[in-house]
This record gives sequence, C-alpha cells and structure tokens, in this order.
Amino acid sequence: MLDDAVLLARIQFAFTIAFHIIFPAFTIGLASFLAVLEGLWLLTKREVYLRLFRYWLVIFAVAFGMGVVSGIVMTYQFGTNWSVFSDRTGPVLGPLMGYEVLTAFFLEAGFLGVMLFGMNRVGKGLHFAATCMVAFGTVLSAFWILAVNSWMQTPAGYATNEAGQFVPEDWWAVIFNPSFPYRLVHMVLAAYLTTALVVGAVGAWHLLRDRANEAARIMLSMAMWMAAIVAPIQILVGDLHGLNTLEHQPAKIAAMEGHFTTQAGAPFIVVGWPDADAGETKWALEIPNLGALILTHDWNGTVQGLEDWPQDEWPPLPLVFWSFRVMVALGFLMAALGLTSLWLRWKGRLYDRRWFLRWAMLMGPSGFLAVLAGWTTTEVGRQPWAIYGLLRTAEAASPVDAAGVGTSLLAFIIVYVLIFGAGTVYILRLMGQTPTPGTEGPHVEEAGRTSGIMPGPAMQEDARAAPPGRALD
Amino acid sequence: MEFDLAFIWGLLIAIAVFAYVALDGFDLGVGILFPFVRSRDKRDAMISAIAPVWDGNETWLILGGGGLYAAFPLAYAVLMPALYAPLIAMLLGLIFRGVAFEFRFRSRRKKDLWDLGFCIGSLVAALAQGIALGAVVQGVAVEGRAYAGGWFDWLTPFTILTAVALVVGYALLGATWLIWKTREPLQAEMRRAAVPLAAALVAAIGAVSLWMILMDPDFADRWLSWPAIAWVWPVPLLVLAVGAAFLHAIRTRRELLPYLLALAWFLLSYIGLAISLYPFIVPPAITIRDAAAPDASLGFLLVGAGILLPIILAYTAYAYWVFRGKVTGGEHYH
Repeated sequence: MLDDAVLLARIQFAFTIAFHIIFPAFTIGLASFLAVLEGLWLLTKREVYLRLFRYWLVIFAVAFGMGVVSGIVMTYQFGTNWSVFSDRTGPVLGPLMGYEVLTAFFLEAGFLGVMLFGMNRVGKGLHFAATCMVAFGTVLSAFWILAVNSWMQTPAGYATNEAGQFVPEDWWAVIFNPSFPYRLVHMVLAAYLTTALVVGAVGAWHLLRDRANEAARIMLSMAMWMAAIVAPIQILVGDLHGLNTLEHQPAKIAAMEGHFTTQAGAPFIVVGWPDADAGETKWALEIPNLGALILTHDWNGTVQGLEDWPQDEWPPLPLVFWSFRVMVALGFLMAALGLTSLWLRWKGRLYDRRWFLRWAMLMGPSGFLAVLAGWTTTEVGRQPWAIYGLLRTAEAASPVDAAGVGTSLLAFIIVYVLIFGAGTVYILRLMGQTPTPGTEGPHVEEAGRTSGIMPGPAMQEDARAAPPGRALD
Repeated sequence: MEFDLAFIWGLLIAIAVFAYVALDGFDLGVGILFPFVRSRDKRDAMISAIAPVWDGNETWLILGGGGLYAAFPLAYAVLMPALYAPLIAMLLGLIFRGVAFEFRFRSRRKKDLWDLGFCIGSLVAALAQGIALGAVVQGVAVEGRAYAGGWFDWLTPFTILTAVALVVGYALLGATWLIWKTREPLQAEMRRAAVPLAAALVAAIGAVSLWMILMDPDFADRWLSWPAIAWVWPVPLLVLAVGAAFLHAIRTRRELLPYLLALAWFLLSYIGLAISLYPFIVPPAITIRDAAAPDASLGFLLVGAGILLPIILAYTAYAYWVFRGKVTGGEHYH
C-alpha cells in the first residue's frame, strides 16, 4: 500500500517537474536573448532588433506564464507528497528556497509587468533595465534551485538534531556544496543552448520560405554563434561534472556507464541493456579502455562497478544508462550543428543551404530533450536516495495513501496536457508568424492583436503607432 | 509574547499571507465576477485592470508556502498532507486562471472557453483557500511529527462556510478594485454589486465568528471571558463601523476608499483569527515555537528578508504606480 503511494508520488513529482523544467530551460535563455536584442536596438537604433524583441517577447510571455504556474505547484508538492522530507530538510533547504522566492521570483514577477506592458509608460532606458532585471532574476532563480538540488545530491555543511532534522552548520558549505558549481554552469549553459536552438529553428523555418528575411537571418546567425561556441564548452563542462559525480556519487556513474564489475582499463559501453538481476550489461557494444580514459583520464585507470554496492542501493539502471546516452548524443549533434554553421558562414552560405536550414529546424526541440534526459540521469541516478546517502526516497514520503496520490496525479496529467498542450500550440502559432517589417498598417494591426500581451493601454498605443524606426516613447 | 526569531517569522509569514490575500484577492475576485459581466469589452477592461500585476500578486503565495517550509518545516510537513485535496485543487485552479490570462489574447475562436477557465479557476482557487483556512481553524489531527487525520477531514460544514465567506470577500475586493480602476459603465455596475456583497461578507464574518465560539470552548474563552472581553470587543465593533463607512463611500462615489474599506474587513477578520489561534500554527497541537526551524536557519533567512522585503515592497509599489489610473482597455478589441 505505502509502496504504491511512494511510487505514485514519485511519478507525480517526475511528471510535474519535467513539465516545469521545460519552461525555465527556455525562459532563462530567452530572457537574456531579449535583453541582448533590446540592448542592440538601443545601441544601433536598427528597427529589426526591436522587431525581433517584440516577436520573442510575446513568446516569452506565454512561456513565462506557464513556467510560473507550474512552479507554484512545485513549492507545495514538497509538503503534500514528501512531508517527511520537508520536515527533515526544512532548516537547511527551506532558507535557500526562501532566498529564491525573495530574490529571483519577485524580481521576475515585479519587473515582468513593466517589461511586457510598460514600454510607453517608463521610457526606453528604464524598460531596458526592467528587461535586464527579469533576465538576471531567471539566472538567480537557477542559482538557488540548483543549490537545493545539488545539496540533495552532495550534502555538506549540516548536522543532525534530536528531532532527526538536518540543521545548518555552515551556510557557505551548504550552498557551495561539492557538485553545485558544476551543476549550475551545466544547467545555465543548457538553458542558453536550448533557447539558441529554438531561435535558430524558427529562423531556419522562415528562411526556408524567404531566404532574404532580415529578421530570420539575424535569428539564425545569433543562434548559430551560440551553438558553435557554447555546445563545445558544454561538452567540456559535462565532462567535468561527470568527474565530480564520480568523486561524490560513484554508484551513479557505474549505473550511467553500465559497469557491474570493478575493473582496470574499463571499456566504454556504447549501447547495451544493463540488467540488474543478471548482474551484467547485455548486448553491450564496447570500446575497450575508453571508459577508463574518460573517467580517470588514464588508459588503465580503475573504475568502480555496481558490485561494490548492495543491490538495494542501485538506481534503476536502464533509465539512467539510456537517458545519459540520449543527452550525450544530442550534445554532440548540437556541437556538430554549431561547427557546421561556422564552416558555412565562412563560405558565405549560412542562409541558403537548405539541408542545413532543415537540420537547424529539426534541432529546435533537441535542447528540451537533452535537458529532460540529463535531469533524468541525475535524478534517477540519485535513487534510492532522496538525500544522497542520508534519507531514502521511500522514507521521505507523506502519510497519504495511494488513492489520494493517484487521484491528484490523474488530475495533474489531465490539466497539464490540456493547458500546456494549448500553450505549445499557441507558441508554435506565434513562431509561425513571419517577422516582417511593420511597414504596412494591416501587419501592425495584426501584430497588435495576436501578440496580445497588450490588454493595457500602453501597448495598444504602440501597437497602433509603430511604423518602423519610429521611437516608441 | 516573546520577540524571538520564531515570533518574528510567524509575524512575517502572517504578513506575507495577508499581502497575498489583499493583492491576489482582488484579482481572484475579478475572476469570480466574470460570469456576471456579459459584454466582451467590459471583460477586457476587467482583465486589463489586473493583467500587469496578477503575476507579482501570486508570488506572495509562493513566499507564504516557501517561508513556511523554511521557518516552520514541521508545520509545513503536517499542514500540506492535511490540506492535500484543497491545496491540489487550488493549484490546478491557479494554473487555469494563470494561463487563461495569456491564452485569451492568443485565441480567436476559443476566447470564451478561456474566459470560462479563468472564471472557474478563480472560483476553485478561492473556495479551496477558504476550505483550507477553515480546516486549519477547526483543528488538525497530529501524531508525533506527522498528520494523523483522514483524507476528508477538511470537508465539514464549517469549512464550507469559510469557503463561501472567502469567495464573497474576494468578490467584494474584486468589485471595489474595479470601482477604482475602471470607468462607467462597468464602474457603476460594480458599485451596484458592492453593497450586497459587503452585506453578505459582514453576515459571513458574523456567522464564522459565532460558529467558532460555539464550536470550541477555548475560542469562547478568548472572546467572552473577563478580562479578555475588555480588549477584544473593538474588533467586532470595528467590523460594523467599517460597514457604515463603506455605505457612505459607495453613496458618495468614492473611488479608492471602498477597496481600502473592504481590505479593512479582511484585516479585522485576520486579527480576530490571530486572537483565536495564537500561539498555535497547527491548532490544537503545534505552536509556532514547536514548529520553528533552528535559529541558524531563521536568522540566515531573516537577514535576506530584512534587506529584500523592503526592496520588494518598493518595486511592487513602483509597478503599481507605473500602471496607475483608469484602464482604457476594451475599445481596442472592437
């Protein structure tokens, strides 16, 4: 009975957090992209940057709204489904969450209104400041949330009190716990890459219809610079993060690699099916010694296998093994896209190789998939622990029975599919609109109506009176 | 009463919850009033009156939840499972209304559908909050460090009454907010709605108070015994005085005053609840000191709250100031 409830609670958490992370992964990058666009507009006075800013601002509004509402759910879910976890971690993790709300959430929510509706009311300079604040807020949010998650992976700076609670000893050690810096950089870069790939895909889609479209060219160009520079860096950071995990959570690495036996010169298993009961990775396609080389940077290095831990401390193996491979494969595809773009750019062919534009378009959702796969690897890989080595997931749950958790899970699934399905359709529809210069009245009218973040008077006015190049104050 | 960190945090969370009720209350109220306003222009004006601020308003709810987790983890761990169903309903309601804001502008054919979602979502969230309030006031079964009650403990005649009271109260906040933010003819419509809503709210406050006194001798003790009665009697009296002022404000066509007076009712009810419940955070078993996190946690977050809350209040005020004045939304959508 209780086991069913725990399983359902885990499914519910996985479902709601997976839906949630999609939006921050996009809006963290998009907020910064918007700040850059507005900055470029203020700097160069080129109308196309303002047009791009407007174009993506509307999409940002929808995505951000969905991120906020799915985030509220997370704040309460710790308590509803994981009350033992909440009681025991509250003194350590609660203040970090508190700081997240105080700094990031309010910064975003407070300035979002100005960013969306306030261009006419506050003037360009202040509006730009509001955009920067929103962008800063999204990154700050990632800082605190990743501090919390990293502490669950690599707890540090705590003691235990007589009530069984974890209590803080050293806040610096709690926040900057061993895996935090790696995880933070890895996630923020992932968010930037995710956004770049979406922007690039939208640019490519419009270029396939009209290769002269200036706004679409800028989208593709900026996105491909990002992919070319950040994707290789991300692979490097991922490697460092992996080494950090090897140091602090070697069992997770063994699961990711599909290594059962501890061996010198361990192979890299490209594909296979880790079978916990059989105690081996079946149908393994191996590259000898490469695993040791990657993990220990030594051809004959020794890598621990799962045999070093009792089986009740192993995470679910196939999920960890495969989600990791999906993430890595997507990462290399992104780097390949970025490097190809450099070559085409050098040849002067970036905007008119149709195969490349199609490829960039197909890569649009790859960032989201990689983020989900990566989080699956690290979160499922942490199992069976809620707090690594200290509190088992099964012992962290609320005293709520399976029927209750199951009913709420069903309600979440129905509402999320409905709401976020509709949201995705609207976002895709917005992305489908061609970003053409607002030279004619009808188009401006159209933008004003469909980009409808403008119920307030301010944006109505500038939507009506926004011939290209005209200042908006 | 001792001014230790636990007390300060109790006060801060109480303020956060009140800020949430005062701010999100009016925009939930606007959603509750939606079905009574038929014309699309008026509805657009209603949305315009809350669109730039609702997001920031809801953040106070996150601060309330997050603050409870940080400062009173035991209370959080007991209350959340106790209020499981109403909380999930509230979250789903808030999701619906939150996205409906954005989607209704995106959608041409399904606008009415999202309006319905906005309205139902607001109503469900308000009902759920009212039920949660009633469920805490009537008491929560606790064993050790965990909730020990049943799945439906939150559903009693008393919680239904508190839920209805809160819905009426939010509707009044919404109506008075619109009196301030909109022009004729919507403003006049809201003025007409405000008086019966206010009367219903006063009746509901009275009914909840009476019920509490009859339900629990401890509550009766705090309100009716000597010498307590000597210093709590201004609360009910002020509720009536606000009523007189409210009627006058509506008659003299004041713009902002009705909203402030509606808030005064909320504040008085809130103070009344505090008198009834202090020092319990999970009545009748857990006090704020039982539930408090260690001083190292409370102090660490208090530094941040002390610095950041005034800043947050300042720029929240700024955001409201930027969008001051009457909304003119509606005409654009002809």
